[in-house]
Amino acid sequence: MERSKKYMNPYLAGILIGVFMIAAYYFSGEGLGASGALKSVVVATTDMVAHDYATEHSYFSARVSDPENPPIKTWLVFEVLGVLVGAIISAAFAGRLKLETIKGPNVTTKTRFITAAIGGLLFGIGSQLGRGCTSGMVMSGMGVLSLSGFIGLMAIFGGGYVLAYFFRKLWI
Amino acid sequence: MGPLFPQEIIGEELNILIGFFIGIGFGFLLEAAGFTNTRKLAGVFYGYDFVVLKVFFSAAITSAIGLFIMNQYGIIDMSAIFYPKTFWIPTLVGGLIMAFGFIIGGFCPGTSMCAAVTGKIDAMVFIGGALIGVFFYAYTYEPLWKELRDSGAMGKVNIAEWMGIDSGLFILILTLIAASAFYAVTIIQKKVTAKGDYQI
Repeated sequence: MERSKKYMNPYLAGILIGVFMIAAYYFSGEGLGASGALKSVVVATTDMVAHDYATEHSYFSARVSDPENPPIKTWLVFEVLGVLVGAIISAAFAGRLKLETIKGPNVTTKTRFITAAIGGLLFGIGSQLGRGCTSGMVMSGMGVLSLSGFIGLMAIFGGGYVLAYFFRKLWI
Repeated sequence: MGPLFPQEIIGEELNILIGFFIGIGFGFLLEAAGFTNTRKLAGVFYGYDFVVLKVFFSAAITSAIGLFIMNQYGIIDMSAIFYPKTFWIPTLVGGLIMAFGFIIGGFCPGTSMCAAVTGKIDAMVFIGGALIGVFFYAYTYEPLWKELRDSGAMGKVNIAEWMGIDSGLFILILTLIAASAFYAVTIIQKKVTAKGDYQI
């Protein structure tokens, strides 16, 4: 396999992400999130096509009933748009911008797509139930020593280690 | 004194612009660390690549130390930031669902977004699945999830206070645990990759 530019030292990358997290808390009082943007997309779409449904159901109504604070114009959505831009810049510099599918050595592309879709579906549900994902709930929660961040850490990574054996054929 | 936006020291437009630039930094670093490669992410569970653990703990500890010191010097008022409330039951259940999602799908939401925009087709499929998952959750919220989501409410809980120790001491212990883990996983990774089967 042809090598593109090497990856950044993981400790350096982690420390710099920590610095950006501190900046996010200092300027905006927010952590670094990702799954909240998915929620914004779903809320905004539903509000657009079925406004009455959205105002009547409690999952949506807190977000759509306030005209001063439309669901798409939130800090998190712009932060995530930045994430997309930042990833493209880094990949462009490193020569990693190309269409490809990455998978374990013993699975077909079809299997990879099916498992990616199922995994995404579960992450979508889990992140809503758990009030955030690996970034917004666990990493940013740990950064402010919130108990929920550490419970999430145990559940996601502890759970992952327990499950890893059963799904090893997907990855090794 | 921070945080600036919640205390109305900066306006909403500037706050959103800052959020955008902070996002650029975050996304750049996730890509640069290799988080768009699903095999590198899954490696943390099989011992051939611990980049996830190294980046994740370095980031959380850097932030915890930085905010602790800034709070001590009165540079940031931690009571004015968004502090996640703890609902231990849905966090545990949601976390376990996310564990399944991670080991089956090979991404989490943030990494899948970085991977999708840099051309990883499997990540685009993952995001499609995630959006369907959020839609499903949203439309079944009241009958299926509402009660569970609001259970186990504990309010804003600082883990150090909850354990009855000083925040500084907790951060020190966490840092020592992380340093030991970094040392251990480096040895494990060498052994696993030396067998030659698990090279990316």
